[in-house]
Amino acid sequence: MSRGGVQVTDGKRRSPLSFLRRYTLFSLAIVTLILVGFIDVLKPGTVSPGWATSILVSAAPLGLLAAGQTLVVLTGGIDLSVTSVATTSAYLVTSLVSHGNVFALVVALLVGVVVGLINGIGVAFFEAQPLIMTLGMSLVVDGALEIYHAVAVSNLPGVPAYVSLIGSGTIAGYIPYSLFVWIGIAFLIYFLLKRTGLGRAIYAVGDNEPALSLLGIRVWQIKLFTYLACGLLSAISGVVLVGVTSAPALGLADTFLLPSIAAVVVGGTSIFGGRGSYGGTFLGALILVVLDNVQVLLKAPEPVRDIVYGSIILLLTTIYVRFISQSR
Amino acid sequence: MIVSGISEKAGTKISVSRIRKNLWTILVYLLLVVVLIASVAIHPSYNSFDFQTLALGALPLALAGLGQSIIVFGGGIDLSLGPLMTVANALSARAMQHQTFEQAIGTALLVIIIVALASMINGLLVVVTQIPDIIVTLATSFVWSGVALFILSAPGGGAPSAFQDIATGAFISGWVPNALLIMVVVTFIFWALLRFTRIGLSIFAVGSDRQAAIRSGVGIARAKIASYLVGGVLIANAGIALTMTTGVGTPTSGSLYTLSSLAVVVLGGVSLTGGKGNLWGPLAGALILTQLPTDFVFLGVDPNYAQAIQGAILVVVIMLGGLYTLRRKRLHGQ
Repeated sequence: MSRGGVQVTDGKRRSPLSFLRRYTLFSLAIVTLILVGFIDVLKPGTVSPGWATSILVSAAPLGLLAAGQTLVVLTGGIDLSVTSVATTSAYLVTSLVSHGNVFALVVALLVGVVVGLINGIGVAFFEAQPLIMTLGMSLVVDGALEIYHAVAVSNLPGVPAYVSLIGSGTIAGYIPYSLFVWIGIAFLIYFLLKRTGLGRAIYAVGDNEPALSLLGIRVWQIKLFTYLACGLLSAISGVVLVGVTSAPALGLADTFLLPSIAAVVVGGTSIFGGRGSYGGTFLGALILVVLDNVQVLLKAPEPVRDIVYGSIILLLTTIYVRFISQSR
Repeated sequence: MIVSGISEKAGTKISVSRIRKNLWTILVYLLLVVVLIASVAIHPSYNSFDFQTLALGALPLALAGLGQSIIVFGGGIDLSLGPLMTVANALSARAMQHQTFEQAIGTALLVIIIVALASMINGLLVVVTQIPDIIVTLATSFVWSGVALFILSAPGGGAPSAFQDIATGAFISGWVPNALLIMVVVTFIFWALLRFTRIGLSIFAVGSDRQAAIRSGVGIARAKIASYLVGGVLIANAGIALTMTTGVGTPTSGSLYTLSSLAVVVLGGVSLTGGKGNLWGPLAGALILTQLPTDFVFLGVDPNYAQAIQGAILVVVIMLGGLYTLRRKRLHGQ
């Protein structure tokens, strides 16, 4: 059972598979490039800086949502409330605009922190199953937003300008602002996971929780932190998302729930925890968005799109689980 | 974590231990009684019609919850349950639209077979790819919703009214709606199937302790696939129940049921780690989750609040359940 976030050097690397095994990110990047190349063959001239910008703009909210999900999945958990939080923060950042932009943004992000805190308390202290705990919270959050929508909001103002700028604005027409948010957070998470004790502890919780508690490490603190961070990141993702769509609505982010988990899994993070990286998720989110784009270009009808999407997730995970990573 | 049902079964048959073993189920039924009494107290004119509404609303949820439970018993989880239900709903509504009662029965049987086989594919994929259930069914959930859209791209279809009456009618008495009868009979049949057949026991064995099951010569792959097949039969029935109760097919009809079936499973005392629980708990769980929002409407609470309250109750129940298992673990010195 020795699988580790800690690198295991096995000394022998002969087959090309073991190369891919060692360089997961590299192989994911190749998959992304193959997809992009496929697009260029299908519709020559599609792939351009403008196209890349539009892909990044639509991938950023998913990438941020999957960032929190990655942290939680690394500890062996899962968070089904990410989209409810994102929808709520997207809604609040718009509806509270009359109280001032800063206030609106703070409240929107605070929702993520509070929901993450409750999730964390449930999972860490009460040892509730993460799947069902976060599912319950997503019902609470969705329901609360519905009440707020029905009772407190009569006339929803337009999305504030700074949110639109973050979501879909670009520098010099090509570099989206949301990319800075996304890459900034990606670096923070990279630093956290690879360079801090807390990061190592996150891997360790997913790898072997009983051993960690025997060492006297307070596992609950680590779990609480990951759910808290996941809530905050989901809220940030909601703000970026509403900047992209410029239309806050109930259920805005709902369709991102399964993709947020799929991005993590396609990115090579083990659903049992203990193994994986945010770099993988980053590329996983990109792959999913490019895949969607391929199908749009092919003018595939919606049913076909769903079926292909599901099959490719299955295929990529099978390749990863069966051939690239060795255990399970 | 490894307090398995099996090790307890080997112990004494004193009634105290039986009560302790089924404590959660007993509590869930007590909760159901409390909820029902509350309904009558809040709404003095509660009559057989209200009761029929409850049974009718609970029918698809209960069947879905039972199907999910069987898959969970085997150590799996089905995130494609809602889309599969939608496939059954769309398929039956589209085929039955202009059919007679007898033809509709035949169609229903065919739909059950098709959807059960589709669910079996989930199981096969888990066994063949060795990817965790949660990821396989996450991926196939996209596939099945695509298939459902193929069958029915917009709400439509229908079913002969005599066929719908099977679920919506009350042949015996107003207080014994058919929907309730169906739920109880189905629960009984499938529970007997799980308890008294070799394959049923092997499903529990695999979910409870995989290694031990392998060493005792249980066919792991067969048990896993069987759990998805048997669960699929119930999921198909849940989708057909949607056709019966709503009278139409909708390409997204089942989408809410994936998550609410999990809520039913957990409320019913089925452990998501597999191998533990029964089918009677989820049955009560489905009835409670259906009746609670109605009670709040009776109370004059804005229907908008219902979902938040439902979620909050679920969260509290989950936390209490967590505390309960924590306490038990400490008592057993683990």
